[in-house]
Amino acid sequence: MRLRCEVNGESREVDDVWPGESLLYVLRERMGLPGSKNACEQGECGSCTVYLDGVPVCSCLVAAGQAEGHEVTTVEGLAEGEQLDPVQQAFVEKGAVQCGFCTPGLIVATHDLLERRERPSDPEIREALAGNLCRCTGYEKILDAVRLAADRKAVS
Amino acid sequence: MEFHKPRTWPEALAIKAEHPDATPIAGGTDVMVELNFDVHRPDVLIDLTEIAELREWFTVDGRYRVGSGVPYARIIDELGATLPGLAMASRTVGSPQIRNRGTVGGNLGAASPAGDAHPPLLAAGAEIEVASVRGTRLIPADEFYTGVKRNAMEPDELIAAFHISPADGPQQFAKIGTRNAMVIAVCSFGLALHPSTRTVGTGVGSAAPTPRRAADAEAFIAGELDWDSPLPLRDSVKRRFGELVAQSASPIDDVRGTAGYRQHALSVMARRTLGWAWDEYRRNR
Repeated sequence: MRLRCEVNGESREVDDVWPGESLLYVLRERMGLPGSKNACEQGECGSCTVYLDGVPVCSCLVAAGQAEGHEVTTVEGLAEGEQLDPVQQAFVEKGAVQCGFCTPGLIVATHDLLERRERPSDPEIREALAGNLCRCTGYEKILDAVRLAADRKAVS
Repeated sequence: MEFHKPRTWPEALAIKAEHPDATPIAGGTDVMVELNFDVHRPDVLIDLTEIAELREWFTVDGRYRVGSGVPYARIIDELGATLPGLAMASRTVGSPQIRNRGTVGGNLGAASPAGDAHPPLLAAGAEIEVASVRGTRLIPADEFYTGVKRNAMEPDELIAAFHISPADGPQQFAKIGTRNAMVIAVCSFGLALHPSTRTVGTGVGSAAPTPRRAADAEAFIAGELDWDSPLPLRDSVKRRFGELVAQSASPIDDVRGTAGYRQHALSVMARRTLGWAWDEYRRNR
């Protein structure tokens, strides 16, 4: 099938899509957007998290055909040119990245949290990131980065 | 593989009538896992996410009619105050990403004994609205689950909605798992006090081939509660209720837990949730 959708603000059209393949596969293998990561393919790890119509979802659980006509924002769509999104900047500064595989999903999930909550409490942060697994950091640096991004967002 | 994207409900029913083997997909949290792992490759997929009415809920004759495509996140946000049991269960579903996509309709269609929505639907006496080109019918929740991952639907039917009364008393839900988030139930229990009918509803999850009510426990506790001058419940009553709930189950040993553990955990969850709900009823009188 031909799939048309808007990705990171641009209209995209790809041909020969198998409708049962995942949106994650379309993004990575057909659109050249490898930011969203492919790990568990069953919604457990959150490393493929993208916005679908403004709502964070696991792109591995969206059938390609379901994205037809909809808006997708991936981690690649958060920075403004060379200017990192404040969430990305905070992850860099706080060393919240080790192997980096889980980072794109955590960035999108954190971005969404800070859109909804100014200065989230630690339990709120943990709840919001409960679907994103990191096997390197032990999460402490990630929590530091989320708090830093939240603080900056609150004063800006 | 054929992929259909109906825009209207009659269109979806016509496709399902033509392709009774078609797999409906909404949030994709079950169907896509099977596709990604090549466990099941249906010849026909019907995407239900473009049908606006499946994502709506409204009140009919004092009861909610909740479209099968309303995701858990919206049940929590929009119906949490009036369907507290279902909302508690919904909060334990997966992660935020999963709750944004997963639907009660999907839980019902999959009919896994471990589905989180089933115990509160059973406890509240919900009914499931299924439809085909032949017409629409309501199936009581306790007649809906017929076997492991089997339900009472005909091959040409789709799930339109569920009907459920706003809570008329305290409701509780408890679930055992290895962590708080992203966990499938080892076993679970839903409870609803119904002061208007002086009855108690129950639902047992993940401890039998199907989700089921604990009928003997419901009958026992209905005879014990004094709704007009509610005193604290005696421990012996709570314990007996827990035993009867555990006896209603027929669990198996599997990778998530043993049958014996499940029965013990059910008796504890039933005893505790009954105590919490009754205390809330007493406080609010």
